[in-house]
Amino acid sequence: MAEMAIKKKRPKNLDLPTIRLPLPGILSILHRVSGAGIFLLLPFLLWLFQGSLVSPETFASIRSVVAHPLAKIVLLGLLWFYMHHFCAGIRYLLLDLHKGVELDAARLSSKIVFAVSIVLTLIIGARVLW
Amino acid sequence: MVNRILVGAHYGLKDWIIQRATAVVMAVYTIVFLIVVAAVGPDSFEAWRGIFANGFMKFATFLFFVSVFYHAWIGVRDIWMDYVKPDGLRLLLMIATAAVLVGYAGWAVQILWRM
Repeated sequence: MAEMAIKKKRPKNLDLPTIRLPLPGILSILHRVSGAGIFLLLPFLLWLFQGSLVSPETFASIRSVVAHPLAKIVLLGLLWFYMHHFCAGIRYLLLDLHKGVELDAARLSSKIVFAVSIVLTLIIGARVLW
Repeated sequence: MVNRILVGAHYGLKDWIIQRATAVVMAVYTIVFLIVVAAVGPDSFEAWRGIFANGFMKFATFLFFVSVFYHAWIGVRDIWMDYVKPDGLRLLLMIATAAVLVGYAGWAVQILWRM
């Protein structure tokens, strides 16, 4: 069934600016963007982690780094990236198990991913960063 | 008789499985970590350090880091394969990615066992 649909000749539109991505598509590209963003900031995160564990003095200096408004914004963004990647990843694992592959279910689950990841980001961000 | 249409044997399958296995490890660790932090409420250096001084959390955190780096290798390599067409540049980016990730793994060991 799926193979038949793939082999069928379909119209192609690869003019990216005219394509309106549906929500699962936005979720998908954000999954990639968030993964890339976390990868790029891994050295910063490891540096923070190291400083927080070496001594009380470095712990205090890491605290002052994290208290800087710019660092807070970057870390809040990273936290959202992490939560989005986490929630979207669980959705993909369920899709791998053929759970929620129907169009309606896939659209609903992508809405849930956005809602849950944003709420988790705000709760944890408020608790840890502010 | 096996009628192979695509050449190659399981290249993709191993990575596909590892990508998901590491994802499960990271997801479980994330939940455990959030519960531990919520329970300990680490406000001081001693309390924060105490979390990772615990043998189980040290091991679990190390496993988490290894999962992050392996997962990142597969994901970032896929990004290079999708968008970078010149072979030389793509190879260079893949080697650089693998190199920094191996370095990060060594760094993570140092952080956890020298604290």
